[in-house]
Amino acid sequence: MVTKRFIVFFLGVILCSSLRAGVTIEQWRTTTDTAVFFVKTEGLPLVDVRVMFDAGSARDPGEERLGLASLTAQMLETGAGAFNADEIAAQFERVGAVFSTGVSVDMVWLDLRSLSTLELLNPALDTMGLLLTQPTFNSGDFDREKNRVLTALKQREESPGALAKLSFYKALYGQHPYGHPSLGEITTVSKIQLDHVKAFHQKWYVSENATIVIVGDVTQDHARKIAEQLIAKINRGDKAPELPQAIAQPGQNIHINYPSKQTHVLSGLLGIDRNDADYFPLVVGNHILGGASLVSILFEEVREKRGLAYSAYSYFSPMTRKGPFIMGAQTRNDQLSEALTVMHKTLEDFVLRGPSDAELTAAKKNITGGFAMRFDTNKKLLKYVSMIAFHHLPLNYLTLYSEKVLAVTRAKIKEAFERRIVPEGLTTVTVGNKVSENGK
Amino acid sequence: MPKFNKMLSNIVRLYHQQRLRGAAIWLLLVAVAFSTPSYGQSLSVHEFKLANGLKILVKEDHRSPVVVSQVWYKVGSSYEYGGITGISHMLEHMMFKGTDKYAPGEFSRIIAENGGNENAFTNRDYTAYFQTLDKSRLAISFEMEADRMRNLHLLDEELTKELQVVLEERRKRTEDNPQAKMYEYLMAMAYTNSPYKNPVIGWPADIENYKVTDLQAWYERWYAPNNATLVVVGDIDPDNVFRLAKKYFGVLEPSVLVDAKPRTEMPQKGVRRMTVKLPAKLPFIFMAYKVPVLNTIDNEQEAYALEVLAGILDGGNSARFSKQLVRGRQIAVSASAGYDLSARLSSLLTLSATPVEGVSAATIETAIKEEVMRLKNELVMPDELSRVKAQVLAQSVYEHDSMFYQGMLLGIFEMVGLGWPKMGEYVEQINKITAEQIQAVAKKYLIDGHLNIAVLEPQALVSLVGTHELKGANYGH
Repeated sequence: MVTKRFIVFFLGVILCSSLRAGVTIEQWRTTTDTAVFFVKTEGLPLVDVRVMFDAGSARDPGEERLGLASLTAQMLETGAGAFNADEIAAQFERVGAVFSTGVSVDMVWLDLRSLSTLELLNPALDTMGLLLTQPTFNSGDFDREKNRVLTALKQREESPGALAKLSFYKALYGQHPYGHPSLGEITTVSKIQLDHVKAFHQKWYVSENATIVIVGDVTQDHARKIAEQLIAKINRGDKAPELPQAIAQPGQNIHINYPSKQTHVLSGLLGIDRNDADYFPLVVGNHILGGASLVSILFEEVREKRGLAYSAYSYFSPMTRKGPFIMGAQTRNDQLSEALTVMHKTLEDFVLRGPSDAELTAAKKNITGGFAMRFDTNKKLLKYVSMIAFHHLPLNYLTLYSEKVLAVTRAKIKEAFERRIVPEGLTTVTVGNKVSENGK
Repeated sequence: MPKFNKMLSNIVRLYHQQRLRGAAIWLLLVAVAFSTPSYGQSLSVHEFKLANGLKILVKEDHRSPVVVSQVWYKVGSSYEYGGITGISHMLEHMMFKGTDKYAPGEFSRIIAENGGNENAFTNRDYTAYFQTLDKSRLAISFEMEADRMRNLHLLDEELTKELQVVLEERRKRTEDNPQAKMYEYLMAMAYTNSPYKNPVIGWPADIENYKVTDLQAWYERWYAPNNATLVVVGDIDPDNVFRLAKKYFGVLEPSVLVDAKPRTEMPQKGVRRMTVKLPAKLPFIFMAYKVPVLNTIDNEQEAYALEVLAGILDGGNSARFSKQLVRGRQIAVSASAGYDLSARLSSLLTLSATPVEGVSAATIETAIKEEVMRLKNELVMPDELSRVKAQVLAQSVYEHDSMFYQGMLLGIFEMVGLGWPKMGEYVEQINKITAEQIQAVAKKYLIDGHLNIAVLEPQALVSLVGTHELKGANYGH
């Protein structure tokens, strides 16, 4: 399968897969071997262009430079070619284009949304191309942006929810590249120098490490030209090596004392990657347990029956390597122990008995019946196609999705949860004010 | 879009092959924006009204086999008075707690089984309930929304629990968020008698003491077809939507509505200033000028001019705040400006910033005031003005990507009393605003006598103590 696809690409044939009536993902490679994924949409004169690199915070080079991937992405808009930050922003904004960059643990992306009229689109693409090929990385800009990151990191400490997440990921992943926050830590960002940014950029922002997604009202020919134009002058470089597998750490209970009215709870363990064999039984099962909005078992037990929290949920966050399975809620400090008991009892019961027939039927109806709504806007479509592209999922992934959901059985869910969600392996992080007996 | 293509090609021909200058970009944007389905001559909205007073707005969008249905009620926190603040939001929560026909929670279960997403939101001037569904399921939404418009069960035991949920929501959103909490104090100071002084979620003591009778009275007063608007956007036929709506909502009895009292804000007589000391890490400054809005202003152009003025300061990365405060002088890590043109009552033009470490709130305040002075003393540059207009035009196209957002705009304009057709004027009105008009509204409205300032003074958070324990040591699950 993989080999076959490889050959097809080299022949320059375009692969297609129909997503829904009138929507098709087309795929090809640029002359410099970057994969391009394209969906033509009609009805609105706009186009979204995303260039992704396998250069997320998992590529931060070691303990000393955590936050480097994020800071590098943040530097892109500060200068390119002969233009400074003011001029770059003005060039996008005067044609009504919206440009942004973003970073996750797995990837960095540059997004452009523009009207598809050539006279408006072309100047925006020219500017985006300049950012991709000729960033200036000026030292004055670097000092300012680094300072802004350091301030944001300081502000992060105002949020008990953010602190809980930090501690949870650290406990779950240890030294694995997923164990630190994308933004980094104050101590590590303080040590980052401009040369580190330049080196990071040179190494990872290369065409072998890039993927392009285009969604919008342009022809396939035009999309081809856009992709070529954006990527042609980028260094070829090397594809990023595979990330190490995440290894399960022993479960821990961690409490961080914090002067908040609520205690934030996160409880979970290593979950699944994007290509996990248990993906469908676990994701459908979780939909019943804590994924479905307003009707999940956790929502029912924690909020509807007991009024313990405003939000109570669970989710799997599939990534290139195993992402976490997380159960979460926030409750008045003095109710913490009750909330934890209910959450863990709910999970244990679910793992023990699996879903009922009625629950599974309802979940399948919700997921398949609402499937079209997952990509009913160009923005959502861009997100889904990017996920398929980045994680090398089959082009017909979305077409097959509903079938795979329908094929899940109670027994498969129960078996997968028993094997993967072992209550003894749970790591539980609580952040809140333990001394307070009164949350008011 | 054949019309669009023709119109556009004419303009393109005029300017082909030339490096685009401001005016050319301008015309292109106008051409694109005004040929996109809802602008220009009409918004492509179909309006119907049932005999019981329910207004129905339908907008077609055939890109996906999906429909968004929203029921909007003209009630929100700005209709509330002392002692029951937040009751509109509380009632929104209770609307999921069952009717004569459906048990508590069943509404959500039925929508979920039909592949739907649903939720609700409350704001100062409205409460809205929505479902997104496959287009074949619209009747299910109508049937249940019609049912809970008139037949809600408000039960003591459900209120007791749900009140705790709302208190948790308040802790999460406000109590444990220093900037949100400061904003709440600032609103309470800035307004003298306008109901905008109260938080949408309500004051804690009010939330804790709602009674079923309070909610029943609120429900009976405001939840009626003649106080509601049904907005439907999606892959549907307007006449079918009307027939379906008539079938389910048509049987509901209207109410005799009593208008909310005007409670017009007293004019402010001098600057108001406060410090808010909270456990936090960073200072924050928030400045708010009392200003009228489209609904309350004598000359509507002034409201549009204020909208553009906010965009001059903070309408993207090339706007003045980013350029001057964040990059140029490097005194703020972030700075923003906001103006809610479509509020029901006179509101605020807000300017806020987080200072760079070592820079005082006073320095930021002075810098922001200098920007305000500059708006009064100098005309904005033509390229700044055309940048804001370009963004507004492009945005008017982008917003069509979301059916939900299209529905929101119609609903909001309807709820605040502007009426949805007003929305169709927005792009054209922004288009007409001149540098002179911006200067004039800056001079008229951004005056010290109407200014409110709050500064967040961070108090030490207790030192963070991490206690690591081995699994099984506590929590006894």
